[in-house]
Amino acid sequence: MLTGFLEALFNGISIGAVLLIAALGLAIIFGLMGVINMAHGELMMFGAYTTFVVQNACKELGGVWFEFYIFLALIAAFLFTAVVGLILERGVIRYLYGRPLETLLATWGVSLIFQQFVRSVNWLLVIGIFLFCLLFFGGLKILNSRNILGKIRNWVVAVLLLLSLGMTIGTGNLLSNRQVVTQPWFGAQNVDVTAPNWLQEGISLGGVQLPFARLFIIALTIVCVAGIYLFLQRSNWGLRIRAVTQNRSMSACLGIPTQRVDAITFALGSGLAGVAGCAISLLGSVGPNTGQNYIIDTFMVVVVGGVGNLAGTILAALGIGTANFLIGSGTLAFLLSPIQPLADLLNFFATTSMAKVLVFALIIVFLQWKPGGIFPQKGRTVDI
Amino acid sequence: MSKQFNRRKFLIYSSATIGSSVLLKACANDSPTATDSPSATNTGSDTIKVGILHSLSGTMAISERSVVDAEQLAIKEINSAGGILGKQIQAIVEDGASNWDTFREKATKLIDQDQTSVIFGCWTSASRKNVKPVFESKDHMLWYPVQYEGQECSKNIFYTGAAPNQQIEPSVDWMLKNKGKEFFLVGSDYVFPRTANTIIKAQLEALGGTTVGEDYLPLGNVEVTPIISKIRQALPNGGVIYNTLNGDSNVAFFKQLRGAGLTPEKYPSMSVSIAEEEVKAIGVEYLQGHYAAWNYFQTVDTPANQKFVAAFKQEYGADRVINDPMEAAYIAVYLWKQAVEKAGTTDLAQVRAAAYGQTIDAPEGKVTMTANNHLSKIVRIGQVRQDGLFDIVYATPAPVEPIPWNQFVKETQGFGCDWSDPAKGGKYKQV
Repeated sequence: MLTGFLEALFNGISIGAVLLIAALGLAIIFGLMGVINMAHGELMMFGAYTTFVVQNACKELGGVWFEFYIFLALIAAFLFTAVVGLILERGVIRYLYGRPLETLLATWGVSLIFQQFVRSVNWLLVIGIFLFCLLFFGGLKILNSRNILGKIRNWVVAVLLLLSLGMTIGTGNLLSNRQVVTQPWFGAQNVDVTAPNWLQEGISLGGVQLPFARLFIIALTIVCVAGIYLFLQRSNWGLRIRAVTQNRSMSACLGIPTQRVDAITFALGSGLAGVAGCAISLLGSVGPNTGQNYIIDTFMVVVVGGVGNLAGTILAALGIGTANFLIGSGTLAFLLSPIQPLADLLNFFATTSMAKVLVFALIIVFLQWKPGGIFPQKGRTVDI
Repeated sequence: MSKQFNRRKFLIYSSATIGSSVLLKACANDSPTATDSPSATNTGSDTIKVGILHSLSGTMAISERSVVDAEQLAIKEINSAGGILGKQIQAIVEDGASNWDTFREKATKLIDQDQTSVIFGCWTSASRKNVKPVFESKDHMLWYPVQYEGQECSKNIFYTGAAPNQQIEPSVDWMLKNKGKEFFLVGSDYVFPRTANTIIKAQLEALGGTTVGEDYLPLGNVEVTPIISKIRQALPNGGVIYNTLNGDSNVAFFKQLRGAGLTPEKYPSMSVSIAEEEVKAIGVEYLQGHYAAWNYFQTVDTPANQKFVAAFKQEYGADRVINDPMEAAYIAVYLWKQAVEKAGTTDLAQVRAAAYGQTIDAPEGKVTMTANNHLSKIVRIGQVRQDGLFDIVYATPAPVEPIPWNQFVKETQGFGCDWSDPAKGGKYKQV
């Protein structure tokens, strides 16, 4: 009985930890900035692909490098996705603040672009994008620095666009018959991320099997949550982020660079998605659709937890994880076997796919009772 | 916040968007071309048009693109050997986009607009079930290359993959004889695994095995902890895991199986959706020692297969692997060619009649088209080895006759299918 209880507890926590680490970045972006980022799953996918790249590099180096590549991958995934997030925020999202529906649509579009990007990315594409950006935006910058254009500006921009497009396409056509540059880097196929040997096995402790990958993810989640907490509560930027969250215009008046704060918050949330991507590559597959598998679950966590509250997110993730395990594994049905009709009902839901149905139903019921989640946001910011 | 989105900015950003999308299009060289015509210069009368209908985009593209490669290879080989009836084959490739309604639209287009003589296509049972009415109402012809759950026998579909009695049933038999009597069934939550598991449960009951548990995972879901926990409870001392999971879930399942300490020695698993390509994507180290049942493995030792593997690798690269549906798609083209040649025309009814009894020395061994539109084929069981290919640990001594209507399931017990006899048809009570 005790073993069963411990096992249920561990499994609940381990499912919850995966949900939590996946939802953490989303919760920060959604909670602090009010942005619904549908591309969060794809940022996780980028983290997973970064892990794949780092893994391959370390496989070449061999030995100790491969055994500990995961730490390198965590850092690389964080940095890479943070940069992608930064570009996303500067390029798209900053124009859409305060318009949640537009943000939702725009980031959804971005998520589709990201998915297709990893399928078809090759050297040609990268060279093409780089060249185009260099020519077009570089040219624009030069033109902007001289104030001579005046009224013909729009025409010049159009000509510049056509010119840089033409040059890029020309270069592309020149290069396109070489196999090296047209070979996709990853392709549509899922790629194989192998965990280091020490993370593949597990250990049996008093009858409870503890997979090392799960323990690693739990530890990683704790580190991330603690890091975020310290960052928000103890650092200067954390203070600014909290100030902007509470009252944007007042913060701006007091000299806080709100645009920079937005960018940093978004980059931080994206970086966390990268870390989550690295973590989930230990458990599942890495492919263009990887992010899609998590996006719904993570949204559920954020909604149940309540907007802008770290504690709520943690509780919601652990709660949903435990509920999923208890119902799906039939443990709850077993525990309630004295009450026959209830046990029969739960037995009906005791497969993994049916458990999701029941958990979803429970979430809906819960939201009827507490529409704002576990810890609803108070104050005027709710109205935004 | 109150930034104006003025005209200048709009122009810049919209032009950047258009520019980059044009660029993406220009650079996406691996994107499929809508029509791939090796003999585009030929006029209509010199060519025979065939349709290829698979998902080139979306979630199924991973599997189906390789099948298209195999079909294109067969068409190329036939064309360079002089074509059929002195005519070259022109393939028209359509993308079903992993969307079953799109499959139906594209099938209609290939039949009505392109006037194709035959269509090779589909992978999932959902896509096949969706195009079936089209082929039946227009009395056209589809060659379907993937093993499936059976319980279907259409006059207008030729099934070149395995029927359940050519993959699922023999593999259950083999596990029962060699690996243990207690089975845990794991599957994705859709038609194939559920039908397959109904068959397996009935079969186990008839043969003296037991089903100790079953669980289903939504397609694409990767949280398998509750399932593993259930397996450990139901089979504390080891037993057989019968796996009908599809797609991404497999990766998660096998990765986490290892971490949970369920080794293939104690918990051997038998899979029916994992072939060479999937092994590559999941990672050999997680799968080594587990089993899979197919009719074809790349390691099959026949002269025809050596030739096929060499030709395929020459065409598409040495790092490519070949799996069962690809081989079944490849031979489908050749079987259809033989039927056309025997009929002397591409007339659908005559080709169909000529197809029965066609036999070919396929890479998987000798296969024969029977009157129930399925192939008789050898069944093999393979064990994943270090290089990601399969060691064939068992093969039936002779090709197994296909039985589309399952004989273990009560509802279809005693039913057969025979299209060569108009009195019998697709579902008749056998004596």
